[in-house]
Amino acid sequence: MATAQLLQMRDQQVRGRPQVAWLEGVGLNYGQVRALVNFNFKVSAGELVALLGPNGAGKTTAIKLLLGLATPTSGRVSVFGVDPANVATHTRVGAMLQVGRVPETLRVREHIDLFSSYYPNPLPIAETLAIAGLEDLADRKFGDLSSGQKQRVLFALGICGNPDLLFLDEPTVGLDVEARHLLWEEIRKLLGRGKTVVLTTHYLEEADALADRIAVINKGSIIAEGSPAEIKARTGGKKIRCVTNLAPAVVRTLSGVLEVHQDRDAMVIHASQAEDVLRGLLNLDLEVSGIEVTSAGLEEAFLALTRDNPV
Amino acid sequence: MATASTAISSVVNLQRPNPVGICFKEAKYEFLKNLRNPMYSVSTVLFPLMFYVLFGLVMGKQMIGGISTTVYLIPAYGTFGVMGASLFGTAASLASERGLGWLQVKRASPMPPFAYFLAKIVMSLIFSTIVVLLLLLLGVSFGGVHLPAITAGKLVLTLVGGSLPFCAMGLAIGYFAGPTSAPAVINIFYLPMSFFSGLWMPFMFLPKFIQHIAVFLPPYHLSQLALSLIGAGRGEPSLGHWEALIGFTMLCLGVARWGHQRDEKANG
Repeated sequence: MATAQLLQMRDQQVRGRPQVAWLEGVGLNYGQVRALVNFNFKVSAGELVALLGPNGAGKTTAIKLLLGLATPTSGRVSVFGVDPANVATHTRVGAMLQVGRVPETLRVREHIDLFSSYYPNPLPIAETLAIAGLEDLADRKFGDLSSGQKQRVLFALGICGNPDLLFLDEPTVGLDVEARHLLWEEIRKLLGRGKTVVLTTHYLEEADALADRIAVINKGSIIAEGSPAEIKARTGGKKIRCVTNLAPAVVRTLSGVLEVHQDRDAMVIHASQAEDVLRGLLNLDLEVSGIEVTSAGLEEAFLALTRDNPV
Repeated sequence: MATASTAISSVVNLQRPNPVGICFKEAKYEFLKNLRNPMYSVSTVLFPLMFYVLFGLVMGKQMIGGISTTVYLIPAYGTFGVMGASLFGTAASLASERGLGWLQVKRASPMPPFAYFLAKIVMSLIFSTIVVLLLLLLGVSFGGVHLPAITAGKLVLTLVGGSLPFCAMGLAIGYFAGPTSAPAVINIFYLPMSFFSGLWMPFMFLPKFIQHIAVFLPPYHLSQLALSLIGAGRGEPSLGHWEALIGFTMLCLGVARWGHQRDEKANG
């Protein structure tokens, strides 16, 4: 329906919007481990920013800082112009965090009822249930839900307070494809209603599908930042998989090849672009078979980005 | 776009919801959560009652210092029962929720932190009340116990009020025990403390040195307060017992506070 139109209108509005949250020159150490290093990150009202990076890159740490759950070793954190640890700030913020264990004997409706009571202007419980697709599960105990359904309850707890700023830490981990797309649709609707969303993910596809802006994190620093189109342009490698008798050393000499490795009986070639490599490959080995060409995944994106920006 | 503009304008309202209402709801769901968890609800209620049935009712009527065992064992197992309800009601859930991320979700919300702790204490008090009332009911129904209503009332109030030090102790343990090891850690304190305080067996059946240990243990002081109500105490002034319990509570709250601050510093 009008979601696409709403998003377009919003795109025009986002530019020039005030910043609602930022991390300025933030460093954070866990003992000897430097989780974040001179980290600069800003969130404008009404946009969706994705923090994209591998596990342990510092995504969750950045979210914890913005929620006031962690204090920076150096630098400054601000949400709605004040310290995020301030409880009043929390009334305007929602969060979906990764949790090891949620009390299992409470029903879905009870969890939402309790969390809604913390906020000054919560959504009606029925609406929260509808947005998270939990109407049919409202009277189930949390412990009886599938992992995908559990994720949806955590999402519901994030949005039930009708927050202006929503943090989603790996929201679609453990969801199947269908559930993932449903959740994406719900997140887009929130943006259509003027909310600001910060999400972390390690799926390039997810960041691409949702974000206005992507910040790629590696080893505690932002190594690239821009619109999904810009990020993809910088990481647009291809992955070629094939069965060949050629030695890896020979394949490496082809123009455009970035990296070669053997995967069981197949050879996997990372290339800046596929066409030249395929031409060369077919020239050298007429027997080459089982050719598959795919866009580089996040792993390759990181190879490309970290090569450009050695940390 | 109507929804968009209302969503943005509602931002201005920063009025906080009523904290009393939050506390009530928090306590209600804390109670339901534990009631539906048989590991807590059944074992908390069942063990003291089972001990009472075995040692009080089945063993037959014997006298301890001129008082029937069925009467004597109500304050003793009552103390044992409220300790269990309080320690497991606070420490086990706090350790698990701290260690496995749930407390962090709560801290990210605008929940007033005291509501969280208050709920655990209120929940424990409710279970303590249930345990003591059921012990009395068993005694009166099957043990030939006759207590004046006023004495029974004082007994309930003393035991339930006297469970607060153990709620404080539970919070302290909850801040230092791991999420899975917490029940074991609780038992390491709970069971020996009960034995050395004379809750399982009256002192006359125990070696003399145990009495010298007992005076350093909080359950001893609570059980003496309760026993003195039925004339089975050891005649020590009750003020000393109260002082010991209050001092112990302060100590535990201090340890819990230290653990709390340590957690906050450890960056969630």
